[in-house]
Amino acid sequence: MIDIQNVTYHHGRSLILDDVSLRLKKGGITALVGPNGAGKSTLFALMARLLPLQSGSIRFDEMEVGKTGTQSLARKLAILRQEANVASRITVRDLVGFGRFPHHQGRASEADEAFVQKSLHEFDLASIADRFIDELSGGQRQRALVAMAFAQDTDYLLLDEPLNNLDMYFARSLMQQLRALADAYGKTIVIVLHEINYASGHADEIIALKQGRVALQAPPESFMTAENLFAIYGMDVQVETFGNRKIALHQV
Amino acid sequence: MPDKRLIFLFLSALAACLAFMLVGARGSWDFLLVFRGTKLLTLIAISVAVAVATILFQTLSANRILTPSIMGLDALYVLLQTILVFVLGGAGLASLSAEVKFLASFLLLMFASVLLFGVLLNRQREDLFRLLLIGVIFGILFRSVSALISRLIDPSEFMILQGELFASFNKTNTSLLAISALMIGLCCIVVWRRRRVLDVMALGRETAIGLGVDTGRELFIGLVIVSALVATSTALVGPVGFFGLLVSALAYELMKTSGHGPVFIAAALISITIIVGGQTLFERVLHMGATLSVVIEFLGGITFLLIVFRKYKA
Ligand SMILES: Nc1ncnc2c1ncn2[C@@H]1O[C@H](COP(=O)(O)OP(=O)(O)O)[C@@H](O)[C@H]1O
Ligand SMILES: [Mg+2]
Repeated sequence: MIDIQNVTYHHGRSLILDDVSLRLKKGGITALVGPNGAGKSTLFALMARLLPLQSGSIRFDEMEVGKTGTQSLARKLAILRQEANVASRITVRDLVGFGRFPHHQGRASEADEAFVQKSLHEFDLASIADRFIDELSGGQRQRALVAMAFAQDTDYLLLDEPLNNLDMYFARSLMQQLRALADAYGKTIVIVLHEINYASGHADEIIALKQGRVALQAPPESFMTAENLFAIYGMDVQVETFGNRKIALHQV
Repeated sequence: MPDKRLIFLFLSALAACLAFMLVGARGSWDFLLVFRGTKLLTLIAISVAVAVATILFQTLSANRILTPSIMGLDALYVLLQTILVFVLGGAGLASLSAEVKFLASFLLLMFASVLLFGVLLNRQREDLFRLLLIGVIFGILFRSVSALISRLIDPSEFMILQGELFASFNKTNTSLLAISALMIGLCCIVVWRRRRVLDVMALGRETAIGLGVDTGRELFIGLVIVSALVATSTALVGPVGFFGLLVSALAYELMKTSGHGPVFIAAALISITIIVGGQTLFERVLHMGATLSVVIEFLGGITFLLIVFRKYKA
């Protein structure tokens, strides 16, 4: 379970997060949505101890962020940042290999190697495993970063806009892979999405942030209404039902 | 089986050392062995110190342009020495042994650099050009304050200071060799054991935290080690300017990897080859000992410009 209580965060004078309290049950996919600048990435940074908490508390099961050693947390949760860039010039295989670091502290065992190999296959990277990260397309790099987070093999995965740069094919297959991870291994995945229909089609629950506050937390069926989308994004969107899915026609 | 490139570098460093011992050797071997041997050890010690300090500092500051020298760290060491002479006076200083003076300046340097660069690198390391600018300003500031203080102290004390500070590749300060070699050796062991954590640090601050590295702690340990290495190399041969940059650029270019293990070894070997080989060439063959530091500085400066231009073009 992820338990976020009364988290408020300021950048200088400006209020970025305003008394955010959330409770996410263990296992399953939660989509985090909301307009640009709503504070989604900031909330992720606080959850993953990349920024120090100013007030409130965040817990992953029994581990409280800020009170638990950073090494233990690295085996509990993995994060993919929105603007993740890799400073070193390394190959895809080495990058994904770093995902195992929290488990071996630099001395990779055969089991670690095998897990890296599995991650490369899982995300269709085997054919480009020996290419350098800075020689890849944006989408390929994004997949390598997701594979690295996957290789960390944590109970909790925080993915900030992982569909960036992915084409239709890879975007859908990533969402399906995440679904399989949640269903088969009981992983808890929190994912920031801009395309609301991916949230509707693949998530168990959707949380909307707006201007630093939680605007709505609901399962897709009740989340996806024209009124809710208007309240969150301030635009008129038609919502249609296809089979058991609700689809927002926001492109037209 | 070690990398072929590392074997090649090892052989070239070995050749440089042999040439240094053998070229133009005349007279008693007992004398030569001690005289040239100590000097060779000094050159090797500072070569390793500069190489390791530069690679480590570049990882901590997340770039491949800055070196401890460019950030004014050796100027800070000179400043601290000057302040020491000013406060204690020539007489007070003369009563202290070289080792005590050295350790005192080293501790001060460690304290000052953790204070200055700890804050700076924790906050600003994403902003390379601001860091560079701050470093240049620090360097000028430290040098001018040193100059100012050395004008204030009386001439005989100034002589003492000069004797302490103006060591060079030519006129090395061998009285500190034992303690310096020990310190450099210790630093190398610590750095070598942390090489894999440094690989993770090199991925960037956020990625490193995500992988469970305590970046603040690593930064602190790293800065302490860089201070120790800069203090020793400055005490032994004086400020080295752009030399570290030349070494790190060549090491990364040759090894084509970001792995700290091979890069540290390559950088140390390249550094030994250039300094020992260069010293042999300039002192023994060309009989222009004093020119080596100028040539090395010149090459380092060119490297700096090349890296900056390449960065802008890319
Ligand atoms: N370093 C910063 N300094 C000042 N304001 C910032 C900084 N980073 C983000 N912000 C502000 O915080 C708000 C939330 O940003 P962010 O969490 O990235 O939003 P989201 O991910 O939902 O688009 C934005 O208004 C942004 O301008
Ligand atoms: Mg964001």
